[in-house]
Amino acid sequence: MASAITTLAADAPTLSAANTGFMLICSALVMLMTPGLAFFYGGMVRVKSSLNMLMMSFISLGIVTILWVLYGFSLAFGTDSGSLIGWNSDYVGLSGIGITELWDGYTIPVYVFAVFQLMFAVITPALISGALADRVKFGAWVLFTGLWVTVVYFPVAHWVWGAGGWLFELGVIDFAGGTAVHINAGAAALGVILVIGKRVGFKKDPMRPHSLPLVMLGAGLLWFGWFGFNAGSWLGNDDGVGAVMFVNTQVATAAAMLAWLGYEKLRHGSFTTLGAASGAVAGLVAITPSGGAVSPLGAIAVGAIAGVLCAMAVGLKYKFGYDDSLDVVGVHLVGGVVGSLLVGLFATGGVQSDVAGLFYGGGLEQLGKQAIGVFAVLAYSLVVSAVLAFLLDKTIGMRVTEDVEVAGIDQVEHAETAYDFSGAGGGAASRNTAAPAPAASKKVDA
Amino acid sequence: MKLITAIVKPHKLDEIKEALQAFGVQGLTVTEASGYGRQRGHTEVYRGAEYQVDLVPKIRIEVLVDDSDAEELIRVIVSAAATGKIGDGKVWSVPVDSVVRVRTGERGADAL
Repeated sequence: MASAITTLAADAPTLSAANTGFMLICSALVMLMTPGLAFFYGGMVRVKSSLNMLMMSFISLGIVTILWVLYGFSLAFGTDSGSLIGWNSDYVGLSGIGITELWDGYTIPVYVFAVFQLMFAVITPALISGALADRVKFGAWVLFTGLWVTVVYFPVAHWVWGAGGWLFELGVIDFAGGTAVHINAGAAALGVILVIGKRVGFKKDPMRPHSLPLVMLGAGLLWFGWFGFNAGSWLGNDDGVGAVMFVNTQVATAAAMLAWLGYEKLRHGSFTTLGAASGAVAGLVAITPSGGAVSPLGAIAVGAIAGVLCAMAVGLKYKFGYDDSLDVVGVHLVGGVVGSLLVGLFATGGVQSDVAGLFYGGGLEQLGKQAIGVFAVLAYSLVVSAVLAFLLDKTIGMRVTEDVEVAGIDQVEHAETAYDFSGAGGGAASRNTAAPAPAASKKVDA
Repeated sequence: MKLITAIVKPHKLDEIKEALQAFGVQGLTVTEASGYGRQRGHTEVYRGAEYQVDLVPKIRIEVLVDDSDAEELIRVIVSAAATGKIGDGKVWSVPVDSVVRVRTGERGADAL
């Protein structure tokens, strides 16, 4: 792909400092979404497992970054083979890329595109973790993350965004990751929880969020970072499409938050902060695939529909008995499916491409393509993720023991306590401290 | 000597404290507590899942007093704590055998 632009045509793109700067900022914004997600999830669990929830997201910034540099970028965006996977040995270790070499037909360096896409790869497995709250061995999760991005995310990103990828060539519209990120993560979450099972006490014990302010903080950071995620996905600002995406991101998110709140006010009697935060995220998810295809009024429709449907979907786990702990399926899978399909209805044909949806005279063709994209990613991710979880569970074991889960995973897996507000605190005599007090330097029985 | 314990609504703490100070009480201990009486709890909703929250936040105030002051002090606390609504709490007293002031080693009434 990179070689495609070595023939210097008269209108060959040149490096744009503006677009490059914009995309570096967008990359940083997307990076911020993963800690934001950590807070969003971390506040929703009980206090005894809050650190574990934060870490399940945060660790992705470590493991996926390294794998992306080593081979992930090459698998996702290297030269296509068989429409299924990419490879480019220059991308291995990002070591054969010239610093001014431009990304395929764009005005930004390959390095910039690689780091922008890296942030997407980081947040996608982190999204899964919300379904697995309180009960997964941290080591098993780290291993799962590495394996999952390798056999699920990198290939799916290639299908959807890589030149030659089969969904890309089919004409499935996924502006910023409705299929590759959200359906992918949501379906994976469902696959894994069907294998590892429910939390101890699911549907019996109260499992209230321990800190709704943290949830709101996380939702706010996600919303903020999502402008980079969405508007940045056009990889530049030469034609205004990225700006439309920016506007639609705000509009759909607002509509979804209001829709979720309205639904729960009618259904349950209160406007909740958790509803506001969840509705906002549902809107962000739904506008992700669609925001480059719809008008601002279309974005209101996308957001409102997603807000109501996701608010309804989060109740399904109680009906069917699967423990999607923090509603990754209800919000990300459902929101991703809704947003991806609505492209087939609300695409105006006047923004990112001339492809119009059903409501704009385009017939059913695009809706059909969107449905294929949705189903393909959903089915592949669900099955492969379930198999991965099954294999890990049968070998190293995915779950902590029931005792650890009940006592709180933080103490055992991380040897820490999230909050020490009490003066009494843990109050234990210190062992193995770096600088023992002189008088206590003799061996002390602890 | 008596130990007077009051379980009251959290927002009443300041009023009670002022009333006790006006009465001449030298010190007290306050802890955050939770529990329920006839008030029971309330319902909370998280993404549509309803939880019955039985335990309501309360404040526990403990005061050590001389026997002769006990009845009057209970009256002071009750009048400062009362709102007339359900959930106002309870106040009780129990006999205390001995009290020591840690700093001086004083005992009994001298330690109050």
